[in-house]
Amino acid sequence: MEVIWLEAPDDFDGWRMAARALAVRGVPPEDVLWQVGDEVTDLFAGADLTLPKGAKTLNVPKDFIELARMAVLHRDPQRFALLYGLLLRVGRDPRVMQDRADPLVRRLSVLVKAIRRDIHKMRAFVRFREMPVGNRVRYISWFEPDHHILRANAGFFVGRFANMEWSILTPDGSVHWDGDVLTEGAGASRSDIPDEDPTEKIWEAYYASIFNPSRLMTGAMLREMPKKYWKNMPETRLITGMIAGARSRELEMIERSKPKA
Amino acid sequence: MSRLDMAGKLEILADAAKYDASCASSGAQKRDSRGGKGIGSTTASSGICHSYTPDGRCISLLKILLTNSCIFDCHYCINRKSSNVRRARFTAKEVVDLTLSFYKRNYIEGLFLSSGIIGSPDYTMEQIVEVARSLRLDHDFRGYIHLKTIPDADPMLVEAAGRFADRVSINVELPTVPGLTKLAPEKSAPRIEGAMGQMRLAIEDSKDARRRYRHAPRFATGQSTQMIVGADDGTDRDIVGRAAHLYDRFGLRRVYYSAFSPIPDASVVLPLKRPPLQRENRLYQADWLMRFYTFTPEDVAQTTDPVTGMLPLDIDPKLAWALKFREHFPVDVNRAPKEALLRVPGLGTKAVNGILSARRVRRLRLEDVGRLTVSVKKLLPFIVCEDWRPVRLTDRADLKALVAPKPVQLDLFGA
Repeated sequence: MEVIWLEAPDDFDGWRMAARALAVRGVPPEDVLWQVGDEVTDLFAGADLTLPKGAKTLNVPKDFIELARMAVLHRDPQRFALLYGLLLRVGRDPRVMQDRADPLVRRLSVLVKAIRRDIHKMRAFVRFREMPVGNRVRYISWFEPDHHILRANAGFFVGRFANMEWSILTPDGSVHWDGDVLTEGAGASRSDIPDEDPTEKIWEAYYASIFNPSRLMTGAMLREMPKKYWKNMPETRLITGMIAGARSRELEMIERSKPKA
Repeated sequence: MSRLDMAGKLEILADAAKYDASCASSGAQKRDSRGGKGIGSTTASSGICHSYTPDGRCISLLKILLTNSCIFDCHYCINRKSSNVRRARFTAKEVVDLTLSFYKRNYIEGLFLSSGIIGSPDYTMEQIVEVARSLRLDHDFRGYIHLKTIPDADPMLVEAAGRFADRVSINVELPTVPGLTKLAPEKSAPRIEGAMGQMRLAIEDSKDARRRYRHAPRFATGQSTQMIVGADDGTDRDIVGRAAHLYDRFGLRRVYYSAFSPIPDASVVLPLKRPPLQRENRLYQADWLMRFYTFTPEDVAQTTDPVTGMLPLDIDPKLAWALKFREHFPVDVNRAPKEALLRVPGLGTKAVNGILSARRVRRLRLEDVGRLTVSVKKLLPFIVCEDWRPVRLTDRADLKALVAPKPVQLDLFGA
């Protein structure tokens, strides 16, 4: 058994280096144990990852690298092993990547799909609160992603809010932008962000007014904005009342529009 | 009348804007705020929905009117001159500040600004353009901006709107010209289409310029429109035909369909009933078939009822087409061209691309197709693969009963 220690749960480069060395030596997937960070066991010695002199290089198609880069962000503990298994097959026949009906390709594609959704939902549902720091302001958010996407997603927020100072805190880690440099920090808790932001009242007024009570479709809302996200989105505290009042507001509009007898 | 605070104005001017269905923040030129002075970014592909309201609609943009006062008297419109709704007006600066303050907290992708007509079309258009100008030039805002343009405004002003916006739109409002004449007497279909034609030329000129000169001035990348469904007696066939004409003639990015819904203090000319949401949904599906599934407007028209001109409500238009033209089935997933696969009810564009890719490697069996789709069961009568061939299933008289969704409650919102 060969044991590979990866530095972090989203350590793509570490996985890539180790997987390449193992694949060149032809180590079968069942002989490799992938370990992340502190979850160290001392049952096995570390694997030898030095490449033999003159070892053949391993060429893999670009779409494999793209798939692997995303799939490692998933919480599935088997992700590294599954990817290594696919790597060996791709090394023998690169066309495997085109076979989207292949069970292993399919399984990893499902992981990638979950990652893409998680990344997208984080971009959508992060909510910043303004906090004065000295004579400047910092925007702070608390978010709970499903997977290890924080680092991979930070670039999006840097591009969007390049000239703001902000922090995104999550249970497993945090990222901070000061206008020039992105730094990483430890996990945090929800109580580390300000309790409120006065602008939320105005945002809630907008949320309530843009809703059309005669088109009530809560299923469609829940599909795209499941309840697990609600606790970190201020406007969602209005939802119950909006649904409850919808039918009577609609009937009232109809009633008011009827020609007077 | 008491003075309104910010939230009070916002309530009136968002309420007045919500009957416009468009909310997309997609299809902009990719850019971000690095190297600039402000905030904002756009993606080239799909936009982002930052929240959803209990009507199932996405909140992507801050969608508001500059003012809900209006000199027009369109019957379907909550803001028409003769309506008793409370009126309010934002200053340009208020809209700019509100947009930036929402954007900084990651509530929105940008601004969708429209307005009632006040003073003159030119004056109204100037006010709208001023908001966009200030966001772009005073604040270096790089988020998304969608502006409604006023059909009769000076072309120079409309052109200025195009320079600051990612998307511009003018609503055709009603699918038929008699409908527009009756319900929006001050509006004119030829003038609306004339303005769309000019905008198309401006968008194309700018694309051409950008291809040649990397630093050509930026310009809106697309235009869209909206039709109200169920306020006049236009049929689905009329609506699909009009949409096809608009896509073809003006290169529109999107046509939105908005089920007419009761509005406060509505005009007596209009139907007092729940909005035809099921019908609206079928129209979007038909629109989808034309844009992504190589259906022609004639193909879609053939799925409408010959007498009423309406799309079926109990099944989607793609299934309706397949049941009517059974001679095109079954389709062999290992051999058929892409266009034939796209006609199979239950196969989406992603599944079709997956099949095309996978069959280059090997011949596909039923379980393979199952891995590429949500439900293989619905496909069975319509496909052939390595280990599956339907037994003249498409000849069966009860085929519709086999594949159509169970009729839970056809009119989901039956009052």
